[in-house]
Amino acid sequence: MVAATRERPDPGVAAGTTPVGGARLTVEAVSHAFGIRGTPLPVLDRLSLDVEPGGFVALLGASGCGKSTLLRLVAGLEPPDTGRIAVDGAAVTGPDPSRLLVFQDPTLYPWRTVRGNVVLGLEARGIGRERAARADAALRLVGLDGFAEVYPHQLSGGMAQRAALARALVNEPRLLLLDEPLGKLDALTRLAMQAEILRLWQRSRFTAVLVTHDVEEALVLAERVIVLSERPAAIRADIPVDRPYPRHRDDPELVRLRREILGILGQPT
Amino acid sequence: MASLTGVVRAPATAQHLPRLPLRVLAAGAAWSALAAATYLLPEEGDFPYTAAFAGTALVLGLALPFASALCSQLGRFGASLAHWTPWLAALAAGFLAWELITAKFSLLPMPFFPPPQAILEVFLEDGPKLGGSILASLKLLLGGYLIGAALGFAAGVAIGWSKAVGYWAHPVLRFVGPLPATAWLPLAFFVFPSSWSASTFLVALATGFPVTVLTWSGVAGVNKAYFDVARTLGASQSFLVLRVAIPGALPHVFVGLFMGLGGSFAVLVVAEMLGVKSGLGWYLQWAQGWAAYANMYAALIVMALMCSGLITLLFAFRDRVLSWQKGLVQW
Repeated sequence: MVAATRERPDPGVAAGTTPVGGARLTVEAVSHAFGIRGTPLPVLDRLSLDVEPGGFVALLGASGCGKSTLLRLVAGLEPPDTGRIAVDGAAVTGPDPSRLLVFQDPTLYPWRTVRGNVVLGLEARGIGRERAARADAALRLVGLDGFAEVYPHQLSGGMAQRAALARALVNEPRLLLLDEPLGKLDALTRLAMQAEILRLWQRSRFTAVLVTHDVEEALVLAERVIVLSERPAAIRADIPVDRPYPRHRDDPELVRLRREILGILGQPT
Repeated sequence: MASLTGVVRAPATAQHLPRLPLRVLAAGAAWSALAAATYLLPEEGDFPYTAAFAGTALVLGLALPFASALCSQLGRFGASLAHWTPWLAALAAGFLAWELITAKFSLLPMPFFPPPQAILEVFLEDGPKLGGSILASLKLLLGGYLIGAALGFAAGVAIGWSKAVGYWAHPVLRFVGPLPATAWLPLAFFVFPSSWSASTFLVALATGFPVTVLTWSGVAGVNKAYFDVARTLGASQSFLVLRVAIPGALPHVFVGLFMGLGGSFAVLVVAEMLGVKSGLGWYLQWAQGWAAYANMYAALIVMALMCSGLITLLFAFRDRVLSWQKGLVQW
């Protein structure tokens, strides 16, 4: 039903026929707490979530509500205190290049050129074949061809974030976790990068989970917007956004949803 | 003169004479004046190399304007000559003052403050012995430095990376590290089989402490997100150490290598003065013992050149390795 409005083949079907494609993400009753000077600070409260293969889900919530923690758990950087996280039915036990995280900061290694950064994943896994060619293809994909030999400090914020996207995409991830990747960019670059992320998602068919506190960004990009409560985060609302891409932020349906979501977040509209 | 200075600002197309800026002529004149004063004024005492020194100064005084005229043809050498011309003039003025207050007017007590020609004499007469001392010093210094730097680097990475190593090494480092390496000297000279191995140990110790601490702090200071990135991309432990922790720590490591080099110079000289019977430190001690003060100054000059040269080498190496970094301190 949702697939009918999309301008791309249904990824659920594609995932069944090709090895590369979106993964199904299952989060079951996950709770997690940080130990701050001995006292546990709960950040996630029995959170459950299911993302269909190739879907695009936005997690929306106030800063510090635990959205980023959820992504770190899904990426396998930390194990959850309780609950279960599974990708395509297999429990997550550690990091894996099929599940990649793009951070708010590009976190490019300053001592490596842009190409050197993009090949990191291939290098780490010992994939030597066509390493540079694959990196250059990924750079072309994000519109950074010609910048392969440049060092990160010579890039603008938007270009650095594109390079970080290329570093993830070159590994052909099946699940891309975006942790406020556009949070530090200026307004215009932000709009351009939103279109870029949408294009890459439509092209590569990975499952995307975007963490953001920007309601418009969530509505323009995601097929589902999940509104989280304040810490400890639990799901407040799960709102399907059934509009065709590319979307316009003035779309009356999106404007209505925006008002609804802001209401849930307790903001005057 | 006036026409020559006027030429400097004339457009290049209207030039027939080579350009001779005033400051080049001033530098040439200063060296020529030094030559004249050295050769013509009567001196107190007997210095066989007075004429040689005056001749050297005169050659410089005449060569400078010529070289400067050819500056545009000399490429990089010409550019650096133009840059250092004021310094060359000041150097000549310094030599002149030195010459006048020592050999010519005897304003400073004689054996302690020899004139420049006496030092020139040392370089020419005692060259082989000085050269041998430099080699001995370099051998001892580089041996100890490389051992200390390598061990300090390895220790720093281990402490910064492994909590267990850090737990055991940290108190030892805090207790023993701040002790000056020279304090170990009496102990080292009877524990080690030879004064040479003892000195190597001391130089390595002086190098190792700052390298260890700075490598450690460099590794500990690497952005934690860099490790998260590498881990999600499938990096192994060795990848995290070799390709993330170490490259990220290198700017700190080089600060440690720089500090260690400075520390190793100090220990080297003391070790050579007190134990090893060779090297520049020993030469200094020996010259002082024989009241050969000119030799002492010559050895000091050579030592300054050696230390400065080694630091220049280290910085050149750093600039190569850290070419990705912005805003490096220039040496």
